[in-house]
Amino acid sequence: MRVAFSSALLKSVAIPEFIFLTGDLGFNALESLREEMGERFINVGVAEQNMVGVAAGLAKEALRPWIYSIAPFVYARPFEQIRNDICNHHLPVIIVGNGGGYGYGVMGATHHALEDYGILLTLPSLEVYIPAFDEDIEFLVPLLMRTTNPSYLRLGLSEKPKELVATKFEPFRKLVHGTKGVIIAVGPLAGGLWKLLSSLPDDQRPSLWVVCKLPFVELPEALIQEIKIANRLLSVEEHTKQGGFGQMLGNYLFQKGVSISWYRSKYALGYPSKRYGSQRFHRQESGLLPEQLLQEILN
Amino acid sequence: MNVHSPQFKELRKKCFLRLLTMHYQSKVGHLGGNLSCLDILLVLYHTILKPEDVVVLSKGHSAGALYIALWSVGLITDEQLEQFHKDNTLLSGHPPASGIPAIAFATGSLGHGVGLAAGVALGKRLKKSPGRVFCLTSDGEWNEGSNWESLIFIQHQVLNQICLIVDLNGLQGFGSTNEIANLHPLDEKFKVFNMETVTIDGHDAQELNRELDKLSEKPRSIIARTRKGSGVSFMENRMEWHYLPLTEDQYNQAIQEISLQ
Ligand SMILES: [Mg+2]
Repeated sequence: MRVAFSSALLKSVAIPEFIFLTGDLGFNALESLREEMGERFINVGVAEQNMVGVAAGLAKEALRPWIYSIAPFVYARPFEQIRNDICNHHLPVIIVGNGGGYGYGVMGATHHALEDYGILLTLPSLEVYIPAFDEDIEFLVPLLMRTTNPSYLRLGLSEKPKELVATKFEPFRKLVHGTKGVIIAVGPLAGGLWKLLSSLPDDQRPSLWVVCKLPFVELPEALIQEIKIANRLLSVEEHTKQGGFGQMLGNYLFQKGVSISWYRSKYALGYPSKRYGSQRFHRQESGLLPEQLLQEILN
Repeated sequence: MNVHSPQFKELRKKCFLRLLTMHYQSKVGHLGGNLSCLDILLVLYHTILKPEDVVVLSKGHSAGALYIALWSVGLITDEQLEQFHKDNTLLSGHPPASGIPAIAFATGSLGHGVGLAAGVALGKRLKKSPGRVFCLTSDGEWNEGSNWESLIFIQHQVLNQICLIVDLNGLQGFGSTNEIANLHPLDEKFKVFNMETVTIDGHDAQELNRELDKLSEKPRSIIARTRKGSGVSFMENRMEWHYLPLTEDQYNQAIQEISLQ
């Protein structure tokens, strides 16, 4: 998604208020953006607390700062600056975290972002965007250039096969129709599931929805109806259980009076074997691979 | 306003008395660090600031002094000041995030103001808009690593609209700055960061006016030597006045001392 992200930003360089700050990341991705933006592209160095404070100051001066780093370095290290300097003043700073979930794979736990949106969504008015596909980025970048809210953009890897065409970005989208329950996947995890489910007939697969924006106020009515009829629901996310989408969904459905007999939530378990590996390795350990998820809902 | 004028002396006295009364009535401590920086804020607001300038109170626990300074220039009303520290007030113990346009940022957790000031200064430069940025820090808050991150950034970007002011009262939360994490001499450290740095008497209005007014090619820092609890004999340089509220007797004595100055 980094390349899609960079090219989408390149289309926005004419916006004079747009400022890009990076915490010394961007090799092999942001070079052309740096060239095009000139003095409005600033590598602030390896100093994330200062980067967030500076971004808040810039936003106070009515500029539109984006800040960028590997996800945990931009939300976990400077959390108090995000809380006090950005969110307490309701400033529209865009926080971009590259490598959502286990995205940095075998680089290890320090580079993983397993609790990012759970933590950030505790802050007032902050919105989280978790694009599922490269095409979503093209839609989101112009939207974020105009937003009035602090925002977190969680970048991952687009896993959608080329032959499948996504509809325009929406907080909730239906990707696959099926009759064996409903899966709701958060962000890029939907790509692999989409591929797998596309190879199966309707009557041997669940429906698949993808959620790309949090928090949500309401689920689409069509999704609620599907959940009621299917009576079988699985939510999946590359994020911890605490503060995750699964908890939000369960809370929502309970308040809404939607009662179903089977609901499961699959989420990042952390490092159960205390071994490290690729993003695929970690997903497998948490039961988040497409085949594992299909088994889970069919059983 | 001229700092030598009788009006400024009167203003100063009025503000010190109002600060004491406000804290006494609301039974609030933190007086020591408010008294140590009130002179700095009064000179800044009455003799230096232009409408395009921005003030960041990084030592948010001196909100009382900031409120009094803003009140003295008509940016906070008497009614608002009466509500200090009460329920449903805009004037909380540390500066609020909204509701008082003259207050740019809510602060209170130390080590945030310098980065915010750097962002405002950079923004002004990129927009080619005028204005200076004054950031008042405590001395203890230079324990915070985030401040040094911001100093690296300020020197690298040569943000010369920035004027840092350190309220060097020598005391911090639970002891003296020398005992806890000695950074003395702080001015030498700022100089290493390529800042134009001076050390002055933070209660001398003339020195404050002269140094706050100066512009330079480099970012500036003013080390203002101050006395915690300045002006009240039993408070001066005593750590407990970081926290304690005044008793009635203490309040009366403090008022008398200030009135006689
Ligand atoms: Mg101090």
